[in-house]
Amino acid sequence: MEFWSLVFVFMLATFIGVGVVSRVSRLLHTPLMSLTNAISAIAVVGAILTTGADENPLGIRILGAVALAASMTNIVSGFLITDRMLKMFKEKREPSK
Amino acid sequence: MNQHLIQASYVAATALFILALHWMNDPKTARRGVISGVIGMTLAVLATWLLPDFIVHHVWIALAVAVGFGLGVPLSQVPLTAVPQRTALSHAFGGLAAALVGTAEFFLWLQGHQAEMTTFHVSALLIEVLLGGLTFTGSIMAALKLIGVSWIPQRPVTYPLQNFSNLALLILAVVLGVLLVLDPTQAAAPWIFGGILVLALAFGVLLIIPIGGADMPTVISILNSYAGLSAVAMGFVLNNKLLITAGALDGSSGLILSVVMCKAMNRSFTNVLFGAFGQVQAAAASGEQKSYKAETAEGAAQLLEQASLVVIVPGYGMAVSQAQHKVRELYDLLTKKGVTVKFAIHPVAGRMPGHMNVLLAEAEIPYDALVEMDEINPDLPQCDVVLVVGANDVVNPAARTDKGSPIYGMPIIEAEKARTVLAIKRSKNPGFAGIDNELYFLDKTWMLFGDAKAVVGELVKQLSGSAGH
Repeated sequence: MEFWSLVFVFMLATFIGVGVVSRVSRLLHTPLMSLTNAISAIAVVGAILTTGADENPLGIRILGAVALAASMTNIVSGFLITDRMLKMFKEKREPSK
Repeated sequence: MNQHLIQASYVAATALFILALHWMNDPKTARRGVISGVIGMTLAVLATWLLPDFIVHHVWIALAVAVGFGLGVPLSQVPLTAVPQRTALSHAFGGLAAALVGTAEFFLWLQGHQAEMTTFHVSALLIEVLLGGLTFTGSIMAALKLIGVSWIPQRPVTYPLQNFSNLALLILAVVLGVLLVLDPTQAAAPWIFGGILVLALAFGVLLIIPIGGADMPTVISILNSYAGLSAVAMGFVLNNKLLITAGALDGSSGLILSVVMCKAMNRSFTNVLFGAFGQVQAAAASGEQKSYKAETAEGAAQLLEQASLVVIVPGYGMAVSQAQHKVRELYDLLTKKGVTVKFAIHPVAGRMPGHMNVLLAEAEIPYDALVEMDEINPDLPQCDVVLVVGANDVVNPAARTDKGSPIYGMPIIEAEKARTVLAIKRSKNPGFAGIDNELYFLDKTWMLFGDAKAVVGELVKQLSGSAGH
């Protein structure tokens, strides 16, 4: 039964994703990709559990730590570069120029 | 109590992620989307790290997080022309994380939690590892191709029976998977698992080898989708709904972008992945010699100056020669002289979705001057001068007229309808896809040969010189 509730969530989330993303301005497709990149680094949750759990043997924790570093890299660089790009989209030039 | 707090944080994080994407629908609210995403992610990380009692190796986590910051900050500061390869690299990291967590989880089960190894769990885990593994190596290959390292061929690499052997590998992986699912605790389980992992890694490389630069926007979108789906599979493995929702948001975003890219090239997914674009045309090149008409910067500047509407069509060549800032100067000068300047953006111009928009925004060109292909095409017959800066296939009229052309049916920016066409081109060789461009031989077309940045710089010099008179 656990399986079906997960499938339910997946189905609904996919429809929401398609609905929301199809309205994203085409101007912003590059920042959209870096933003979703950061969001999909939610794999960080699995990585934290693998790295930090008490019972896990050393080898497993090492795998987890590498995965955690990789996810964290995506989170940090994804959000930062998205913001950096979005800052550049201006409707009108600033008068100082 | 902690369980409730964790779940509540996950629900809030999901809502914040959805809002983040929602706010991307307008450049005015988009930065709010980033803030929303950051808050959601922070909530998710903190809830997972600090609330469960069984998380004890805090130093490990803190170190890995620190490494993530150490790598992430410099990666976010790359020049914007390098954004496609940064994106590919981050897909690789996403795939790597999924594959590693999947591997860790598998051996954890094998060593002590064999009751967890239900058909459903093992299947989901194998999908996670397959998708993660192929996204990892595939994205690394894509990134290396985009960076342009010398030991990876830029042109698509094809060999006999390529699709057949790829398919055979995939079938082999599926067969191994089924074997493992049927009896996950068998003595050979680690070996079978290892075999699947190796096949996934190999498959990622083989999938990208035959893909050329012009197809990169589509491929990057597909890899984006895979990275999301591997997170979804991880969610199924760990029974975690936050992983599923966030992964599904990324997966559907990648899917939509892939569809947009495919439509913009009039090609199907399978055609992009298995078609080896750029191979077929070599044979199709006709022996007929046509000649270009070259124009000087001086003459071109005069044409631009006398126009009332100028449409600039940027392409990957503008990114390569970093010409966007010179283009901005040109935009400023012409606008000051009362010329209306618009930019026509083809969805697949450049190496990733939206690539041109970001480069032009970086050069401080206001985004209301950036016009999508479908919106600008009706205006082109009234346009005095189209200036093509480093674009080629996206303005090739063969896409509309020549049924034999490999790009036939691809929607293009109809530059040939303008009164005059000025095209900047690095050399007299055909473009990336190896296709001759009829546009360059029209009576109304004048060629400006040279590096895009140098040529636009020359135009700027001419125009600002004449302003002084």
